[in-house]
Amino acid sequence: MLDSYLPILTLIIIALCFSIGSVVFSRLIGEKRMTELKMSPYECGMPPVGSARERFSVKFYIIAMLFIVFDIEVVFMYPWAVMFKRLGLFGFMEMGVFILILLVGYAYVWKKGALEWE
Amino acid sequence: MISVYHYMSVAAILFALGTFGVLTRRNAIVVFMCIELMLNSVNLTFIALSSHLQNMDGQVFVLFVMTVAAAEAAVGLALMIAFYRNRESIDVDQINMLKW
Amino acid sequence: MNDLVQNALLNVNIAAILPSLILVCFGMGLLLINVFLPRGTTRHAVWISLIGLAVTGFFVYTGWGNPQYGFNDAVAMDNFAAFFSITFLVCAALTILMSDDYLRREGYPVSEYYPLILFATAGAMWMASGTDMMTIFLGLEVMSISLYVLAGFFRGQVKSNEAGLKYFLLGAFSTGFLLYGMALIYGVSGSTRLTEIGVYLKTHASLLDNPMTLAGLVLLSTGFLFKIAAAPFHMWAPDVYEGAPTPITAFMSAGPKAAAFAAFLRVMEYCFFTLKPEWTAMLWVLAVLTMVVGNVIAIRQTNIKRMLAYSSIAHAGYVLVGMVAANEIGYSGILFYMLAYTFMNIGAFAVLVLAGKKGEDNLTLEGLSGFGFKKPFLGVAMTIFLFSLMGLPPTAGFAGKFYIFAGAIKAGYIWLAVIGVLNSAISLYYYLRVMVYMYFRDPEEDYAWVAMPGAVVVTIIIAIAGVFYLGIMPGEVMELAKQAVF
Repeated sequence: MLDSYLPILTLIIIALCFSIGSVVFSRLIGEKRMTELKMSPYECGMPPVGSARERFSVKFYIIAMLFIVFDIEVVFMYPWAVMFKRLGLFGFMEMGVFILILLVGYAYVWKKGALEWE
Repeated sequence: MISVYHYMSVAAILFALGTFGVLTRRNAIVVFMCIELMLNSVNLTFIALSSHLQNMDGQVFVLFVMTVAAAEAAVGLALMIAFYRNRESIDVDQINMLKW
Repeated sequence: MNDLVQNALLNVNIAAILPSLILVCFGMGLLLINVFLPRGTTRHAVWISLIGLAVTGFFVYTGWGNPQYGFNDAVAMDNFAAFFSITFLVCAALTILMSDDYLRREGYPVSEYYPLILFATAGAMWMASGTDMMTIFLGLEVMSISLYVLAGFFRGQVKSNEAGLKYFLLGAFSTGFLLYGMALIYGVSGSTRLTEIGVYLKTHASLLDNPMTLAGLVLLSTGFLFKIAAAPFHMWAPDVYEGAPTPITAFMSAGPKAAAFAAFLRVMEYCFFTLKPEWTAMLWVLAVLTMVVGNVIAIRQTNIKRMLAYSSIAHAGYVLVGMVAANEIGYSGILFYMLAYTFMNIGAFAVLVLAGKKGEDNLTLEGLSGFGFKKPFLGVAMTIFLFSLMGLPPTAGFAGKFYIFAGAIKAGYIWLAVIGVLNSAISLYYYLRVMVYMYFRDPEEDYAWVAMPGAVVVTIIIAIAGVFYLGIMPGEVMELAKQAVF
């Protein structure tokens, strides 16, 4: 049974040998000339701009926190969707109430200006 | 064969790791991540038991735990940012104005 | 499968959650109204939330004696829940009354404060009425998350930040224990409903010394004991109580503590009545430890908020004595005591709200030198509340302690009652010391900053009335409390 996997195993071994081998060999026999350009971090081929350890604007956190809260509430919609037909009108109304509560939160956030970038 | 005991053991180990992390780590964010680890080990326990007992209650409970954990995370991060703005640090040892 | 769905639909009973539903609607409405009004307007919020609490209280009151069950036995609005709900509503109303002027003085007239208190109260009500572990967990979290925000409400003050962050980290930590306990109990019994767990454990006696059951019981208890700040899980309480805004400290040490007791009591009585000898033995030790730790450490405190925090720990110990007694008079004593404690504790904090300067650095024993003679009304009020906290007649504190210790003696725990009374004697020292400073020290200041805003004075008067009513005529309320226990 497991015999049929033998080619895959062989392929994996060859792939590992080739990739590790090429890195190791180029290390061993390759010529090393360090220039400043070569040592700089790779940034899509462009000359790097600024420090990589820049701080994020705190606005990201607000958006992120709002995202966490609103995103996870969707979890309650999956069971409802699975049982949608059997729960019928009552289930629909219940979910409507649930979404209404979320909307209250959304309206609050919106009116409070947490979604505005500037 | 992987039985419910294996799942329970993994969950117990995760819970212990989370507890250990809360007690030893100094960065408030890491402490909070350890608490999340504890909650997720509880989720794993619930799911394993739910499938073992053929009873849906455990899975429903997990949904609630997940959403509550998310709400808690949002509030917790907001508190940490407020603290950071005033103290420039979220080291637990810096929470020392009030005697610990 | 179809039957399951039908069953679920038939089990919806809005009457079981009507009061808390109304409260939440008021909270959300208030939240929306707030954003359309300019910053700094808070008077309307006070009125709307007080009306909301009153309407909720009315519905709780009319539901008395007419228990409503619903949602597949997940919620029970019975007398027990109703009695505790009234305690929470009183607590929230008094807190809101004293808050507005305090928030203005501290420079945070932010109206989100009031909806958060309403949400916390609704969460507390779900805890008291929850008969399913899920309901209890959700109520606990709704309450706790609101309280995390409220504890850290003064976001520019490092002390408040620290209180909020500390409360959050330790609160979430304890939730982990609580949940793991719930998961293990679910695994043992195959249900999350409290009554079903109780029946299952009774019919399967071999499970009683199963390590999983016992581990679940211990972890579950740990979670609740964290919330009621019983020793040795009390470490967070003094710091959080000291750093949080004063009205929130008052609120936290009365309402949410009562909620945790309500849920703890129900879980123990519904699920683990078969294990009563085990958990009463465990709580015996913890009750003694909590009383001793609270009272002894309180002696050393000079900051009054911190002293009251330790005193609050000690009071949790007295209430645990009622749980150890585990009989009718002990349980109804708990209900009575939490209501009495709400009045005396909130009253004492209301006096502190007025006595403090901006930033509250003067709320030490020295800072109150001569306060009693300079501000006679506040001095007398503080004296009454301190007498009640000590447990001297004719105040509410005396009646409450009397019932709880009577319950302990009736159940045969003579020594526990003796230790309790001795602890009350220790507590005389640090409560009386406040009065010594207030009346027998020469005033260093003229207390010119102490204003007497009407709302806070009303709070204090209501609290005094409550303390004396429960102290002089405890019979009526005690009768209601007896109808409320299982």
